[in-house]
Formats: sequence, C-alpha cells, structure tokens
Amino acid sequence: MITAGIDMGSRTVKVVLVEEENAGGKLNYVVKGKHLMFPGDLDGDAAADKAFDEALSSAGLDRAKVSAVFATGAGRKMVNFATDSVTEMSAGAKGVSWFFPTARTIVDVGAEEGRGIKTDGTGKATDFAGNEKCAAGAGSFAEAMSRALQLSLKEFGDASLRSDKSIPMNAQCTVFAESEVVSLIHSSTPKEDIAKAVLDAVASRVCAMVRRVGIDNDVVLIGGMVHNAGFVSSLKAAMDLQEVKLPDMPEFVSALGCALLAAERQH
Amino acid sequence: MIANYGYKDGSGEYYISIDTDKCINCEAGRACLTGCPKGMFETMTDDYDDEVVQIKQNFRRSLAYDCAGCKPAGGYTSLPCTTACTPGAVKHSW
Amino acid sequence: MSQTSTAPTAEAKPEFWRWQENCWADETKDWKSAKAITVGIDVGSVSSQCVVVADGELYAYNSMRTGNNSPDSAKNAFKGVTEKTGLTLNDVHMVVGTGYGRVNVPFSHKAITEIACHARGANYMGGNGVRTILDMGGQDCKAIHCDEKGKVTNFLMNDKCAAGTGRGMEVISDLMQIPIAELGPRSFEVDQEPDAVSSVCVVFAKSEALALLKAGYTKNKVIAAYCQAMAERVVSLLERIGVEEGFFITGGIAKNPGVVKRIEKLLGIKAMDTKIDSQIAGALGAALFANTLVQKQGPQAPIAC
Repeated sequence: MITAGIDMGSRTVKVVLVEEENAGGKLNYVVKGKHLMFPGDLDGDAAADKAFDEALSSAGLDRAKVSAVFATGAGRKMVNFATDSVTEMSAGAKGVSWFFPTARTIVDVGAEEGRGIKTDGTGKATDFAGNEKCAAGAGSFAEAMSRALQLSLKEFGDASLRSDKSIPMNAQCTVFAESEVVSLIHSSTPKEDIAKAVLDAVASRVCAMVRRVGIDNDVVLIGGMVHNAGFVSSLKAAMDLQEVKLPDMPEFVSALGCALLAAERQH
Repeated sequence: MIANYGYKDGSGEYYISIDTDKCINCEAGRACLTGCPKGMFETMTDDYDDEVVQIKQNFRRSLAYDCAGCKPAGGYTSLPCTTACTPGAVKHSW
Repeated sequence: MSQTSTAPTAEAKPEFWRWQENCWADETKDWKSAKAITVGIDVGSVSSQCVVVADGELYAYNSMRTGNNSPDSAKNAFKGVTEKTGLTLNDVHMVVGTGYGRVNVPFSHKAITEIACHARGANYMGGNGVRTILDMGGQDCKAIHCDEKGKVTNFLMNDKCAAGTGRGMEVISDLMQIPIAELGPRSFEVDQEPDAVSSVCVVFAKSEALALLKAGYTKNKVIAAYCQAMAERVVSLLERIGVEEGFFITGGIAKNPGVVKRIEKLLGIKAMDTKIDSQIAGALGAALFANTLVQKQGPQAPIAC
C-alpha cells in the first residue's frame, strides 16, 4: 500500500510517498519518493497538485496507486484532493518517531513559524508551544538579516560558526533588528559576529518557547533551519545540550509523518 | 500613577503594572526588590520626584520568557512579586 | 534606521518613506522681549525635535530625522531653530531632554521621560480637557491617561514590536512605492473597505500585502487593509488602559488620516483637533517642564558643548 503526505508550508510545498511492507507480521514503512517545490505564482491547490504529480512521476508512480493523501502545514486546508488533514504537531511528532523513536522534545523551526512539541515515543504529540503571529522566532528573521549582510542563508550560518563573540541584540522584532544590524555594519562589526548575534537571538527565542513544554532528551530539530549549521550550534548553546539530533531530510519530516498517519488510518 | 511595563506581540499581552500611589511610601519595605527571583525590580525617582519602583529596562521586552519560571507551570501557586508586595501595587496582566 | 539612504551598497532610489522635515517660528513674537526662554529636545529613534517656549508659550520648533547619534541629532535640531530665529544657547534659561536619546543631549540640564513630556505637551496642544493620549512614534506606541494638569495617571508603552509604529508605516510605503504622506488619503479611494491584514506582525502583514496585490487588489485597497490593521493594533493597546473622553493623538502617524479615521471609527470617539504639529508634543512638554523649573529655581547657566 502506498500513501502520501503533503506539507503546505508558508514558503514551500513538500511531498513524501511511503510504502507499507508486511515483513512477517511486522509492518515496515519505506520512503518511495520525496519532492520539494516553490509554488511561485501558483495558488495553494494548484501548487499542491503540481508538487504531487512531480513527486509521483519522479517515483515512477501514478495517482491510482495511492490509497490515501493526508495534508498538513499552514495551507493544509487548500489541498482539495487530500483525504484528510492533520496538524503540524501530529505530523511532526509522527515523522520524528520514524527517525528517532527515543525523541521526547521536537524543535520545529520553519520559515515563518517556530514551535516546540513534546512527544511520548509512540509518535504522538502530547503538548506543544508555538508563536505563529510573530516572525521573530523563525527562519525568516535569520533570512532578513542575511539579506542585510548580503550573504546566502548557508553562508550566513557558516560565518556565525567562525565567531566566538556574543553581541546581544536589543531588538526583539524583525523589523527593528534590521535597523540594528545595519548600525552594526556601520560600526564595522565583523560579519561573522553579526551573524552569530542574529542566530543566538533566534535560538534564545526558540529555546524560551520550547521551555514551555519542557526540554527532555532526546531533542530533535526539524524544519529548514536544520541546514543552518550556525543556528544548530547556537540552539545547542541556548538549550545547554551536548547533542541535538538532526534527521537527514529535515524539511520532509512533517510530510513523512503525514504519509505515515495516512497509512495507519487505513487499518 | 499606574505604570505598565511590558509589551504586546503576536503571542499575547504581557504587562506588569505598578500602582505608584501605593508604592511611594512602601509598607512592605520594598520587598519586591528581593522577592523577584530574577531581580527585575529597581527603585527610581520618577518625573514627579517621587521614589517608586520600576521594571528594569532590559526585562521589559521579554517578560513572557523572564516570568515563565514563576507562573503555575514553574511550580508556583502565587507570584513571588505580587506576594511580596503586600500593599498590592504589583499586578501581572497574564 | 535609515538603511535605504545610508547602506553603503544600496543603489540610489526614491525614498518613499521619507517624511517632510519642518521648521517653524511664530513671526508675531519677538523672543528678545521674553522673560523666560526654555528649550525642549526630544531625540526619538526616528525623528528629533527642538521646541522653544517663550514665557510658557510655544515660540518655535524644528523637526527632523534622527541622525547616526543622539548628541549630533540634538545639536542639529537646535541649530535649525538658531538659523530661523537667531536664538543661541546663551539666550536660553533651561534645556530639558526627552525621548529615547534623552540622556545623550549634551546641553540639557535635566532629562524627563517621554511619557511625562507627551502628556504635558498634549495638555498644551489640546487644552486641559485632554485625558487619553495615543502617541504613535517611529519605533514605539504609547497610551497615556493624564489629569487636567497634564500629569500622568496611567500609561503603557510598546516598543518591542514594529506593528502599530511609524516604522511599520514606512515599510508599507516602501513596499507600495508610494510617498508616506499619500498613504492616508489613498486608503479611502477604494470601492469597498477590505479586511485588515495581520495586525500583529509587520513581516507577516508585508507578505499578506504582496499576496493581496497578486490576487488583484489595487494598491489603494492594500493600503486600506494595512491602515485598518494599524488602527486595530493601537486600539487593542488602548483598550488595556481604557479610553476616556478627551482623546488626543500625537506622533507622526497622527498626520495619517487613513489610520486616525479608522481608529476613531473603532473607538466610536473623535480625536481632538489641534493646529500644532503632532510630532512636537514630546519636545513641547519638555520645554514646558523647563519653564516650570525656571519659575521655581531661576534660570540655569548654559552648558557648553
């Protein structure tokens, strides 16, 4: 049986296709395909449609083979062909359990949202804390600041690793922080120190949010910010942890969780 | 005067209000200064030359985080600052 | 603050957010005949003002953009008045500084918070009937209650978040490529009043505004949605302390009817009128405080800088 999960994020659409195998009475799930797409000018439903078709064709499958499609993410209601939709918390917790059954705390930092999810080891979300109405605790904050420094997000993260300074940022708001970064540039502060200051600031806000659900090992980071090595390092420091586990396809974790939930619901 | 220190953002409204009329001649011996585990209160002379307490500047934009440890989730049944302030000048909006 | 003008790599482009700087003096008066001349300097995060009060009456002011540092901004604000009226620091009996850079005004005798100064200034501008003051500054938003003498009885301030501040308005003016002074009038040129965009985050409001343009909204309609969000935002702040009759708006956004009219509609109350520039309320209050201090303590020797 094949099921699909579609994660309609604020910036990208992610699709994961999963096949269920029965190995001597034990159910196994294998990722058959994954696909990430920038919707560009497409509306929600059309973008989901296109991303789904592209994922299927790259996996050599067609729609008739797919038993169920679950959607998640900020735009999950826009996926008209989805059989059902689940929250980002449920999808994230389920997806993480596939990688790390020992996970207890999930930190999910995407483009416009950051959240902390508590999970029990069976793939269920038991508690969560998020801030969906302020851009300061999410990836777009770092993105705006990297633009001000004229660095790519990747370069920005790598630059911050070269700094051992901690410059506190006063601004708590993305808009104000941009001005603060500009004045740091004017005062000839090295780019790497500014990058670290920004990522430390995001990490401390994300950390404070996660603290509301409690920080228990193992801690797993998912979402696009996993690719930012500087952020991962700042987050570890802020949470005072030796290790934060990183899945190898971080932006697809929620879509994967969605596909797994879709498969389980068929029984 | 009621002085509200704090902010409102996407996640909610976080203000600590201090009724300075009850604060000028403090009957609790400025117990708030030591009552707050984070030491967020300080004395100052206000614009009308009265000595009152205020929330330190560096805490005013992060109260939601700074006060989290004293809220019920942190194991407290009542806030240390409002308990210390027996004249009842200190209030939390959340 | 003015990254579009000063970023070393930015190309020259029209600065839509740039508001009008303004210098004024009361030509019917002569400062030389005044017994007490006091000055208020308000160094804000975005704009700086210098106000001269002669015998307790507004005489002159200068309002300009804040530069790279507070001391220079304070000096430049005063210099504008000197050029207009010939008044120098040696003619001034006391200087009070206010605003976020108030402790960095090199020639001030005293610093007073902008909360107290705005209340005092509004009391002069709108008369002693003023009870509720809304100040929408460049990087913060304040709600103040005061008594008939202009003394503060209740206040709150929000300087954490750009929503509901002048900075938020500058962002949309830049995004729409429309001069900031035109935003208000344009927001009423719509076929139908749209719903507000996100009222809590400028970053999200910006992406919503772009999506609305893509969905076929006119620029004016997007501006209307943004002005409505701004109004909803400050009204929600005001509600925390409550609004009493005698409602007065100060700060740069008081000049934007697109926001002011929507606030009035949400509150069901009209803002009081004044002929005086709404941006000088803080500096005016500071100068009036200085005047009271001169009455009590006598003139102060000028501080050279």
